[in-house]
Amino acid sequence: MKKISKLPFNGTPEQEAQLKAWLDENGKKPGAAMPALQHAQEIYGYLPVEVLRMVARGTGKSLEEIYGIATFYAQFSLSPKGKYKIAVCLGTACYVKGSGKILEKLEEKLGIQSGDCREDGVFSLESSRCIGACGLAPVFTINEDVYGRVSPEGNELDAILAKYQG
Amino acid sequence: MYRSHVMVCGGTGCTSSGSEKIIEEFNREIAAVGLNEEVKVIRTGCFGLCALGPIVVVYPEGSFYSMVKAEDVKEIVDEHLLKGRVVTRLLYDETVHGETIKSLNETEFYRHQMRVALRNCGRIDPDNIEEYIGYDGYAALGKVLTEMTPDDVIKVITDSGLRGRGGGGFPTGRKWRLAAVNESDQKYVCCNADEGDPGAFMDRSILEGDPHSVIEAMAIAAYAIGATKGYVYIRAEYPIAVQRLQKAIEDARAYGLLGKDIFGTGFNFDLEIKLGAGAFVCGEETALMRSIEGNRGEPRPRPPYPALKGLFGKPTILNNVETYANIPQIILKGADWFASMGTEKSKGTKVFALGGKIKNTGLVEIPMGTTLRTVIEDIGGGIPNGKQFKAAQTGGPSGGCIPASLIDTPMDYDSLLAIGSMMGSGGLIVMDEDTCMVDIAKFFLQFTVEESCGKCAPCRIGTKRLLELLDKITSGNGEMEDLDKIEELATFIKENSQCGLGQSAPNPVLSTLHYFRDEYISHIKDKKCPAGVCKSLLTYRIMADKCKGCTLCKRVCPVGAISGEVRNPHAIDPAKCIKCGACMAGCKFGAIVRE
Repeated sequence: MKKISKLPFNGTPEQEAQLKAWLDENGKKPGAAMPALQHAQEIYGYLPVEVLRMVARGTGKSLEEIYGIATFYAQFSLSPKGKYKIAVCLGTACYVKGSGKILEKLEEKLGIQSGDCREDGVFSLESSRCIGACGLAPVFTINEDVYGRVSPEGNELDAILAKYQG
Repeated sequence: MYRSHVMVCGGTGCTSSGSEKIIEEFNREIAAVGLNEEVKVIRTGCFGLCALGPIVVVYPEGSFYSMVKAEDVKEIVDEHLLKGRVVTRLLYDETVHGETIKSLNETEFYRHQMRVALRNCGRIDPDNIEEYIGYDGYAALGKVLTEMTPDDVIKVITDSGLRGRGGGGFPTGRKWRLAAVNESDQKYVCCNADEGDPGAFMDRSILEGDPHSVIEAMAIAAYAIGATKGYVYIRAEYPIAVQRLQKAIEDARAYGLLGKDIFGTGFNFDLEIKLGAGAFVCGEETALMRSIEGNRGEPRPRPPYPALKGLFGKPTILNNVETYANIPQIILKGADWFASMGTEKSKGTKVFALGGKIKNTGLVEIPMGTTLRTVIEDIGGGIPNGKQFKAAQTGGPSGGCIPASLIDTPMDYDSLLAIGSMMGSGGLIVMDEDTCMVDIAKFFLQFTVEESCGKCAPCRIGTKRLLELLDKITSGNGEMEDLDKIEELATFIKENSQCGLGQSAPNPVLSTLHYFRDEYISHIKDKKCPAGVCKSLLTYRIMADKCKGCTLCKRVCPVGAISGEVRNPHAIDPAKCIKCGACMAGCKFGAIVRE
């Protein structure tokens, strides 16, 4: 089940114009729904119902169908992400090497559950599928930065998190 | 002409450990000593030995530098490139033999390998089409278009014995034949690059290291079946691969190798990338096609097979990245060459992603039929930290495990099926004595529960119930009759699910139950997890004779479960303990045990 955000929607007119321009050009092409959602998520960072409605209108599909696609694929998020998005790889190679423990420790340190965003909007935490850096297992990412061979024990995690405050 | 080439691995593994910075440093340092006319730095695809990344190889010597840091670059430039003195300190230690340096191909990791699909990975700059052409690139396409009929092409592929590398192992030539015979105004060729098996990354590495081989092969397939349009369905989580493939497609178009009238033969073919959005079930062919059409990726019953009614209702073939990567070589070197490798029913080579508790994690390509022992003990360098090999898992969430007693099993389609596992896409995860097999089964089942598309009940509900039974066992509430229930339910799910995801979802459970039944029984009867993984079954205890009464554990315990006076042995109240392990990690005297 995907977590649906309860935060109020605060998209800007610029964002809306950007999405609309894309939809006007591509929305009616065959197979446009998925790229449309990918594009919308790039603009807004996540897919609140207001955005899903715009995509539905722009692709000529029902909201139900668009919602169905948005909830089907792991990439689409219905709730906002933090400024720093932490994703712990739970692929098999990482799991066998203890990435489950890293996720647990991070939940504890950040005070949020996997899948949530901290209220101050700084960090969000989630598990991810294999990112293919199995040679470095266990691995997690903070935005584009990759941290490999991390130990859940000691203060290695604290040191990494400290780089991203505020 | 350059006198030296510095190859820096730009695969995802090495990029994650900083190879981009190393490339920058090399360019800067080389310019600083005025060698930029003589030495060229090339960003290559994956070398395979990811455990030792970032990897730098300097040619013509072939010096293999491993775990290179940005700070090391200046030394390599000053000593090796400027003065001709190899920096032995930074070489992969296995290549150093006293005074002499062994070549890479003589090391244990590479000696047993045979690189066909990975032939160009680590050898060329994937962003440079001319380097691919320099190694016979697009020669196979030229040969096919100018010298062979579509029928000839299919015959060569059929005779080579190539089978699908994505998991199913369906004969590729037969698949092409089925689509070729169907008349239609439009046909499609698709490439499955939606590598969903957690722990497998060969497809990504091929696209990152040698994207043109896939483009060329898809054009060959299109010619063989009479298609003019192709799609590569690739995970959005693979940004480097997407970017390189996109550039490769544009370059191929600019060189007239994609588009209209290729090689002046009147053959038209073009290619488009479709980004997946993270759904394991989209590895199933009908689901993948539904997803390319922009819908929820739910599978549909077959027949009709995609060879008759596939993408947008037209005849379509779908092959996996690794399968395609073999095709140009088969065309150039012939069916007999390919069929000379491997076993009777599994021809050629297979790429495995070696991961988990093994020294040399990375990508290896071996002739089919190589034993698991060779892969683990020789190529993989064994298990680290002096631990015992317990099992290897192949086929990911659809596969099974191979216990230590079957380590001499040849790795080919049929031998793996016979012992209850499967080839799958080639993920090979090694596990040692610290891995709990019930927990691993649960891990895979959790994966399939999340990834079940929900369309058919045996998969959607069945896997969930199966997971609940495993949960019951790992939390210490299992009963012996649960094992019979698991077997019954697993068999039902296998027999009644609609697509491959559900039909194979119980495999990890059945295979661990078959080979490690004792471990399940320990969880149920003794309420113990022999590997010390399942939290609910663990207890922490302070050994009174070793405890100095320093009170540290008492202070770090988040729930106040530890009591005791200063300089007196402490004790843990099992009823309050949440088994977080903080006390054990903190104890300076090793007085706390987990059992």
